[in-house]
Amino acid sequence: MDFALSEEHRMVQQMVRDFAQKEVAPIIKEQDRKQEMAAFILPRMGELGILGVCFPMRYGGQGMDYIALGLVCEELEAVDSSLRVVMSVHVGLNSMGLLQWGTEEQKQRLLAPQARGEKVACFGLTESGAGSDVAAIASTARWDGDVYILNGEKMWISLATKAHHALVVARTNLKAADPHEGLSAFLVDLSLPGVTTGDIHGKLGVRAGSTGWLAFQDVRVPVENRIGEEGEGFKIAMSCLDNGRYTVGAGAVGLIRASLEASVRYAHERKAFGREIGKFQLIQQKIARMVQSYEAGRLLYLRAGWMKNQGLRNTRETSLAKWFATDASFEAASEAIQVHGAYGYSDEYEVERYLRNSKGAIIYEGTSEIHQLMQAGYALGYREDAPLRCELPAYDAEFWQAE
Amino acid sequence: MKIVVCVKQVPDSAAKVVVEDGKVSWGDAPLVINPWDEFAVEAALLQKEAQDGEVIALSLGGESAKDALKHALAMGCNEAILVSDPTLAAADSQAVAKVLSAAIKKIGDVDAVFFGRQAIDGDMGVTAAQTGRVLGWPVLSLVSVINSLDPSAHTVRVGRATEEGRQVVESSLPAVLSVGKDIAEPRYPSFMGIRKASRAEIPIWSLADLGIPAPAVQVHWPEIFSPPAREVVTELITGGSPEEIAEKLADKILAEKVL
Amino acid sequence: MSNKIWIYIDHFKGQAHPTAWEVMGAGLGLAEKLGGGVTALVLGQESQSLAALALQYGASEAFYADDATLADYRPEPYAALLASLSKQHTPEVILFPTTTRGRELAAMLAVDVQSGVMPDVTALDVQDGKVVATRPVYAGKLLSKVTCDSLPQIVTTRTRAFAVAQPDPARSGTVSKAEPAMAESAIPSKVVEYAVTSGGVSLSDAAVIVSGGRGVANNPTLTPPAGLDEKAAEIWRAQQGFKLVGDLAQVMGGAMGASRAAVDAGYIPYENQVGQTGKVVSPDLYVAAGISGAIQHLAGMRTSKMIVAINKDPEAPIFKLARFGVVGDLYAILPPLTEALRKKLGK
Repeated sequence: MDFALSEEHRMVQQMVRDFAQKEVAPIIKEQDRKQEMAAFILPRMGELGILGVCFPMRYGGQGMDYIALGLVCEELEAVDSSLRVVMSVHVGLNSMGLLQWGTEEQKQRLLAPQARGEKVACFGLTESGAGSDVAAIASTARWDGDVYILNGEKMWISLATKAHHALVVARTNLKAADPHEGLSAFLVDLSLPGVTTGDIHGKLGVRAGSTGWLAFQDVRVPVENRIGEEGEGFKIAMSCLDNGRYTVGAGAVGLIRASLEASVRYAHERKAFGREIGKFQLIQQKIARMVQSYEAGRLLYLRAGWMKNQGLRNTRETSLAKWFATDASFEAASEAIQVHGAYGYSDEYEVERYLRNSKGAIIYEGTSEIHQLMQAGYALGYREDAPLRCELPAYDAEFWQAE
Repeated sequence: MKIVVCVKQVPDSAAKVVVEDGKVSWGDAPLVINPWDEFAVEAALLQKEAQDGEVIALSLGGESAKDALKHALAMGCNEAILVSDPTLAAADSQAVAKVLSAAIKKIGDVDAVFFGRQAIDGDMGVTAAQTGRVLGWPVLSLVSVINSLDPSAHTVRVGRATEEGRQVVESSLPAVLSVGKDIAEPRYPSFMGIRKASRAEIPIWSLADLGIPAPAVQVHWPEIFSPPAREVVTELITGGSPEEIAEKLADKILAEKVL
Repeated sequence: MSNKIWIYIDHFKGQAHPTAWEVMGAGLGLAEKLGGGVTALVLGQESQSLAALALQYGASEAFYADDATLADYRPEPYAALLASLSKQHTPEVILFPTTTRGRELAAMLAVDVQSGVMPDVTALDVQDGKVVATRPVYAGKLLSKVTCDSLPQIVTTRTRAFAVAQPDPARSGTVSKAEPAMAESAIPSKVVEYAVTSGGVSLSDAAVIVSGGRGVANNPTLTPPAGLDEKAAEIWRAQQGFKLVGDLAQVMGGAMGASRAAVDAGYIPYENQVGQTGKVVSPDLYVAAGISGAIQHLAGMRTSKMIVAINKDPEAPIFKLARFGVVGDLYAILPPLTEALRKKLGK
């Protein structure tokens, strides 16, 4: 078992770290205060290939593997969660869903422009009345013999006002015996008539990001844009979450690292009672715990990424990585603020932003509560993953890198 | 068009550098490509993009120097070559210049050699000028803009940064250039470049391959030490009037030779 | 020429570079240890008058060369001429200033005469008749002793590291003319044009920074123009204060900085902010006026070589880091300080 990162992985990590540190870190505080996503971020991430990092080159991607995706997310979130949120919705939830469930034609037509960064993608699952309870989704997509007529509203959608495409889950069969089986997935072009979007402000965290709502009024979605079969919407959404969660877990590890590095720095700088505060045991305890969380979280997400590379079903392992790292990142940020004392309470330093950002990840992509139910379900034998009609393709360097 | 870019592997600028047992140590801080060399690579790549050609990264060092070369490859250089020989461990700048020149001659048909303005370990800032001199090629240092580089007409026109301002100089090719920060913002390695670089087999040339004997070394560093720790002894300046205080303070400041 | 020690006078169109007399000072210091006098070398436009000036500054002889091929500085003809003179007269030490021209000339000369170059030296010693130079490495984190086995030992001296020689018009010596060593046809470069710039100093690169803090607005004796509300009056006062900060910065050739408090209060734009959330700077001289020295500001400037603090509050934390401090009103201290420095720097 080789725990070392390959040279390729290390170079990917360094490149994204340099980009985030040089171009985003200097302006992030201001953007967070303004509650606005800086205009250059999406085009720049597209330009650098980050938005297509783990997709085959034949689908417009950069040909890297799923571990590279995790490393990218760790580096981005170490600067700000809003950067990683872009990866979560554009890459994890939407594009990887297309990679897994799309037809060849759909991958060329819909995935490739997203992987190239030409089109920005988001994920439309959650509604104001349906979060954890996906089966309660009320949006409908009625087949009129020619097209699907989409109606409904999606809420808490990251990049709602910035995206060109949304992967929307809506009810196609209102009469299904099991409501889970009445859902279907669609790749909706947000420029279609009947689509309106808006921003949501006033969030506790990820304020330098873009969160909003999507509203559909009689939007005519062609059948070519239905992803998978009718009735597969729930399964598709769940497998999209397997990928979104992976990016969240990896990102949260980056957040823990950021809290740790800030705390170590401050512990050396700040003096109290005649010595640097790093000498005090209770400060040391906080730092030791951050180290533990960071290393454990990192191994969990890398393992999940490795399983994706192998083509192994990883719903359980990804859920575990996400749950562990997000809870730990909240704790780490809270303790980082404590290390900084009153300065940690002010936005003079970064750590208060880490705390506010970390809370969101405990809620989205499966609340920590949902993950606990999942883990117990697996352990108690109440839950088993049945094979899917379409699985996430295993990483194959030759296939990924052929143009 | 063929440009050679000389790069060096150095300790990261944020590293805590100390002297242990008379030797320099940077703990486990990473080794990186000399930051100034990234500007040189970028300048060369821009030329390559403007007029079709190749850029070859060249380094003199140990095995770890391959990382600097891989970074250059990942940015987009076509090829990388490492010159390594145990006898070069204590090489001075003249010896380095001789070795680099031999390698550049061996590469052959080179139109220009680019350097970063200095390496952040030795901070010498002389290798470009000396390599040019050994080659017998014109030296254009501290280039802030390349107005034109024409291999077929054998001319190059650049803007150089001097103390007084900007000097525009025209020179024949082949030539040696060293570049500063103004030349262009270095690009990040691309993902494709990263893949290419990590798979690249970098040839290693020894002095025997270059056909030259080990150059004599005349400059030595007999001792390396930490600067004396500055105990900050605060001196409060007082006086009968603000003018008197100001006069005293001005004298003190000037005596410290910081202006 | 019998002097062992040669110095190169760097200049631009006849104006000696400020380092010229520092190099002379370094050369005179070495001459005391190695014996003999100092020979000055000047090439290019107005070199004859500069050579005569060098005698006043302490050279016992001077060489100049001035013709069309040397009118504009170009490294090839200059290095070739220096090499030919060096081979002819075999000096033991040749000193250059570490300027853009000085460094490359020294480097190229070393190759031509098959000797070694020791650039950017901060101290010069003599042991057993040989020069032992000290130079900073790793961005000044460490120092290195350097020696050169062969002659001439070629050195470039770091700016402000050596005592400046003082002129004495009573001094005399010999001035001789040298002929260029390269024909124009052999010189591969041409200077097309010069653009003399007098740009502002960027905060990140500045060797000298004068920063103002919230105390800059604190001058109740100033009467703001009529019609300003309280906040606008406060900002107006702060701007008067920052003018004083800027004047001092300008006379020292430095940049202007500010604390976060001053920026947050609207006294000065964010790009001047020094500190945890602004720029981290490491100048040779940092003057903090009306800045208390809270930890987040210190994080941005604590590695400055020398810190001078001016603050009304004797308990201000900044005084712990300052080499020199004045407990006083910056409005009272800055103007006479600026004037005193202006006079002493000859500006």
